[in-house]
Amino acid sequence: MLCRWSLQPFGNESLKVLESMTNTAKNSDHSSLKNNSNTTRSRFFSIIRSIVGGLFEQLLIFCEEFGRIIILFGRSIAWLVRPPFRVVQFLTQLNFVGAQSVLLIVLTGAFTGMVSILQGYSGLHRYGAESMLGATVALALSRELGPVISALMIIGRVGSAITAELGSMRNTQQIDALSSMAVEPVQYLVVPRILAATLTLPLLALIFSFSGMVGAYLVAINYLGIDPGMFMSGIRYYLDLDDIVHGLVKSLVFGLIFSLIACNEGFYSTGGARGVGIATTRSVVVSAVLVLISDYMITAMMFRST
Amino acid sequence: MIHVEELYKRYGDQQVLNGVTFDIRTGSVTTLMGLSGSGKSVLMRHMIGLEKPDRGAILVDGENIVGMKPKQLNRIRRRFGVLFQEGALFDSLSVRENVAFPIREHRNLSETTIQEIVVEKLTNVGMREHQEKFPAELSGGMRKRVGLARALALEPEIVFFDEPTTGLDPITKSAIYRLIEQTHSESSITYVLVSHDVQGVLEVSDEIMLLFDGRIAARGSPSEIRDSLDPAVKQFMTGSSDGPLSIE
Repeated sequence: MLCRWSLQPFGNESLKVLESMTNTAKNSDHSSLKNNSNTTRSRFFSIIRSIVGGLFEQLLIFCEEFGRIIILFGRSIAWLVRPPFRVVQFLTQLNFVGAQSVLLIVLTGAFTGMVSILQGYSGLHRYGAESMLGATVALALSRELGPVISALMIIGRVGSAITAELGSMRNTQQIDALSSMAVEPVQYLVVPRILAATLTLPLLALIFSFSGMVGAYLVAINYLGIDPGMFMSGIRYYLDLDDIVHGLVKSLVFGLIFSLIACNEGFYSTGGARGVGIATTRSVVVSAVLVLISDYMITAMMFRST
Repeated sequence: MIHVEELYKRYGDQQVLNGVTFDIRTGSVTTLMGLSGSGKSVLMRHMIGLEKPDRGAILVDGENIVGMKPKQLNRIRRRFGVLFQEGALFDSLSVRENVAFPIREHRNLSETTIQEIVVEKLTNVGMREHQEKFPAELSGGMRKRVGLARALALEPEIVFFDEPTTGLDPITKSAIYRLIEQTHSESSITYVLVSHDVQGVLEVSDEIMLLFDGRIAARGSPSEIRDSLDPAVKQFMTGSSDGPLSIE
């Protein structure tokens, strides 16, 4: 009716077209209604299929990636104990991962400690528990902040460098050149890096925690006016060797995780410069996420055992 | 010396090697030619043991390297030298250290002796003055020359060249081929080249094999290949766009 009324100013011809269109629609309604229903159903199922297929594909990719990492880990262990032992390569990596990261760790540790003491004070001061400040920050640094933040800093600095270097070597056939010269690439490139990272990260975590405590002490004494004796006695009373070992065990695991992922991403990188870039990003992100997940799992296990 | 028997290799939907069979004689300069993307480099990677075929065998002096354990494969590889397409020099090592690398790995020699060998190999390829440079400071042709020196450092029995002159100017190309001829004439090393540089290959090769559709379509001496009446061979050697060969 509305269409008829709106078309009237345009004359009878337009009305005839409208009638013809209406008749066509009426005639096709019955058969097309069934067709439309079938089309909607098939479209719905194809959407479901693509979602399920996509999820399944992602699961397969995850399994493939996980399997490749496990195989690389196995090969690394096997080549670790077989001569020739790559001492020069190991020492080079020890210098890169460890010695050259100390300044970064000291800086980030100091500022983390300084921030922790300020935040701790704003909480404990409300309950008159300033005497617990030193112990609180010491425990937080040695058990949690030291291992985790130092690992994240090293992932950013070293993890990305390892992936980029190995990825670049893969794409310029340097890894193939090693194989063709009868030098096992996993033993020459991967094992020194994983070993250096695993052994160095606990030491870096210790340095992080120590410089954090120094920063916290300086802020506590000079800025917050906390008594030095009270600060130190809290630490001596509450900080145990267990707390420090707790942090070291975490760092050991973090070092193994990030170095394995960084080496895996770089060693098997494809796709030229773009592929290396994608691999580097993925290495840092996946390593960081896995460090946080494993941090919770290790903390939960150690919590249960105490 | 090398016998390849019925080699098959597929990547996804593409059958790259489709029953490749050939021999390479000891002491010869044999060149594998074919269209870009025809599988020449893939075939060479199989001969070095960097890839495994789906089916077939690769015999090096009677030993089948397909499916060999890494330790045995490395024993065979110590007899190889390989010049990769871009040189594949180690970025973190100087020219001198790159050439010394295989010698340090596989020979128990004093540092003085190693340096003497390095200087000799670099002099042979005209790169003695650039010993302290790093690969990033070298041109493409210089990298290939250093790569050749490294490939010959252990005086191997077989040397593989993957596209030794691709991307080089005509004068540098000619210099590389002269080096290949010169180093080959001084010893009885077997050279296997992968190339599509028709002119250069005709000058240095003892035998040429053409790889089309994953198979050896033609083989013979340079003059036999040049004068061949096979339409595909003629089209490839003349670089004509008319003929049975297509790049699609």
